[in-house]
Amino acid sequence: MVKVLMFGWEFPPMNSGGLGTACYGITKSLAEKGVEVLFVMPQRPGDAVNDEEMRIIGVNTTVKIRKVDSMLAAYMTSESYKKALKGNASSIYGPTLFQEVKRFAEEAKKIAKEEDFDIIHAHDWMTYEAGLNAKKISKKPLVVHVHATELDRTGGNAVHQYVYDLERKGMTLADKVITVSNYTKNLVQKHYAIPKEKIEVVHNAVEINNNIAASKLTKKDKVVLFLGRITLQKGPDYFVKAAKRVLELDPDIKFIVAGHGDMEPKIIEEVAAQGIGDRVLFAGFLQGADIDKAYQLASLYVLPSVSEPFGITPLESLKNGTPVLVSRDSGVTEVLRNCLKVDFWDVDDMANKMYAALHYPALHEELKNNGVEEVKRITWGKSASKLLNIYQRVIAKT
Amino acid sequence: MPAISFYFQVHQPFRLRKYSVFDIGMNSDYFDHKKNEEVANKVASKCYLPTNSLMLDLIRKFDGKFKIAYSISGTALEQFEMYNPRVLESFQELAKTGCVEMLDETYYHSLAFLYSKDEFKEQVQMHTKKIKELFGQKPQVFRNTELVYNNELAKFVENMGYKAVLAEGAEHVLGWKSPNFVYKPAGTKNIKLLLKNYKLADDVAFRFSSSNWEGYPLTADKYAAWLAANQGQTINLFMDYETFGEHQWADTGIFNFLENLPKEALKYPQLEFKTPSEVADSNQPAGELDIHNVISWADIERDLSAWTGNKMQQSAIQEVYSMEKEIKSRKDPVLLEAWRKLQTSDHFYYMCTKWFADGDVHKYFNPYDSPYDSYIAFMNVMSDLRKRMNLAPKRFSLFEKIKNFIRR
Repeated sequence: MVKVLMFGWEFPPMNSGGLGTACYGITKSLAEKGVEVLFVMPQRPGDAVNDEEMRIIGVNTTVKIRKVDSMLAAYMTSESYKKALKGNASSIYGPTLFQEVKRFAEEAKKIAKEEDFDIIHAHDWMTYEAGLNAKKISKKPLVVHVHATELDRTGGNAVHQYVYDLERKGMTLADKVITVSNYTKNLVQKHYAIPKEKIEVVHNAVEINNNIAASKLTKKDKVVLFLGRITLQKGPDYFVKAAKRVLELDPDIKFIVAGHGDMEPKIIEEVAAQGIGDRVLFAGFLQGADIDKAYQLASLYVLPSVSEPFGITPLESLKNGTPVLVSRDSGVTEVLRNCLKVDFWDVDDMANKMYAALHYPALHEELKNNGVEEVKRITWGKSASKLLNIYQRVIAKT
Repeated sequence: MPAISFYFQVHQPFRLRKYSVFDIGMNSDYFDHKKNEEVANKVASKCYLPTNSLMLDLIRKFDGKFKIAYSISGTALEQFEMYNPRVLESFQELAKTGCVEMLDETYYHSLAFLYSKDEFKEQVQMHTKKIKELFGQKPQVFRNTELVYNNELAKFVENMGYKAVLAEGAEHVLGWKSPNFVYKPAGTKNIKLLLKNYKLADDVAFRFSSSNWEGYPLTADKYAAWLAANQGQTINLFMDYETFGEHQWADTGIFNFLENLPKEALKYPQLEFKTPSEVADSNQPAGELDIHNVISWADIERDLSAWTGNKMQQSAIQEVYSMEKEIKSRKDPVLLEAWRKLQTSDHFYYMCTKWFADGDVHKYFNPYDSPYDSYIAFMNVMSDLRKRMNLAPKRFSLFEKIKNFIRR
């Protein structure tokens, strides 16, 4: 069976959002299909390092984990790296994110020498360099998995050049590029000059959970949820504008903003400036069971993203029985039909749809029931099958 | 010796704008005039004009031996008057030939029969009037919206004076019986029931250009041979007129097929073309047909699920018909007309969430991105209509005024 050297993130995910969730889902499903995965991930100090452990993730399914002492974490930026380093200064870690990425990539050479595998799979830009080093040492093919690009994160403004360069280098020198949606595939083709034959789409999915809570719409609960990083890419400012518009029609609606991010202070200010501070709750960063509770409490989940390569959260919301309103600029709309879709910049339409979902019970019910059914068919198993097929083809070519 | 009886459905709804909650109370213009005009003209150029022209030629060429029937909805007629009078003229030319029978339906192509018999009757009478006015014919044969049918409908339209009514020859009600016979609907006296031969009709309407269909490619001579091999009194080929040029594009050869069909069919001495009226007049019922539950010609199920299957559709229909008494009491023709345009079955069709095999047919002319969007627009419009209705004063007849005064 195929042996994969995978460069990924937190396993299982606790703090790493969509990226960690996707890595976990993919790895688990691949392992269930008999693929031997050696999962390499950065590990902050304080935890055991460079231990190889077999982690049990399912019935008869194990994954070998290898940790590398590093300050890297999912969604890091130069700024957040500097902040993280302050509390953990040590001569091992690179003084900047860029240098830490390089150092991690050096460690990868060691791993490539010691381990045995047929193919390398690198998730997200911070591991591409590591993947390339592993490829050089082992002469095995490399697949890079594009979960997001610098363009999504920045909206095209003030792109960090070194990040873009690394992304492009990884995509160009890899044997295969995987994107989480056609949306991202088009972006990669257009802005990174990668030929379309080299790019394959493997949509993300959601963990199947058999106990989906019944979310009831009563006269009292009219709660709209935003859950995600409070950053430009996620459109929290459009969410607030739409909230203001809806509240003009129905002052009874409540909004919850769950998450942290660089735009947080600005959004809090904006909410106050709009005079809706008593209608918007900032719940902070939610973890584990609290996330499910938040979805269940809400009547509607909104993903107002400006540029979302996929967007697993709407699927998680539906898993919890709550219908969703999703920006058209997201990859998830390629696999999810039973949802409300909106252009993120069309604040009036966003407000119109929020209002409708909360005021027309038949709409709410149909969105919920059909969405819940649809989500059952969006499985990591399907993604893993596609991936396995890609692995086999790439390996056969070399 | 079966007759071939063609009937073509011609319909266009007044499609709604993307009416938002912010339009409520601000904007009483519900319809997407631009879209409706675009569609009317597109279908006119791809279907109505070329097909009417071809039909006219065929009628003239075969000198009375080629006959057809149409049912044209009131909403379609209005849109021809507004956007494309050439189309109306071409239908009028066809009507003048004496070989084209016009049928009746509800003016607004609605499901009113299921929800309000009074409203249904009014809409049918409006349609009769319009047909008389435009084509100089008084229809004798009735077909309900989307061939929605049951015993009760047959009885009702019999009482209105129709000699025949059309329905889908659905397998689940026919059983072993053949659609090639005229039947007497259970509970009626004289009215005749004509059933669509769905296998042969759908061969043209749906399968014509399917390259993986065993009958492909369908040529006129092949089809004529199939028709000739049929037993019975009549082969009822009921279909959407847009089959010609819209659902089946010109490059599939559909016009060629149509052009050659009369010639090929008339080669067989046992075949002849008849209008639905002629089929009714020249045949006695071969038996009784008891259809208690409502059937239609839609989707695989041939039932009402395309318009009433989900909760959005049910609540939307309920909303519309629950306003009847109130809105009629205003005696405001503008409100009444708006309310009636909102009864057109297409609005509910757009809200259908059956996404599988039949789902694609639903999407084809859906002006919205999703059934959810169509429901939102519809319900917002209903909200506005209700608001306007509530603002409009009730107008009582003199008798009602006296009654209310006495009761005070």
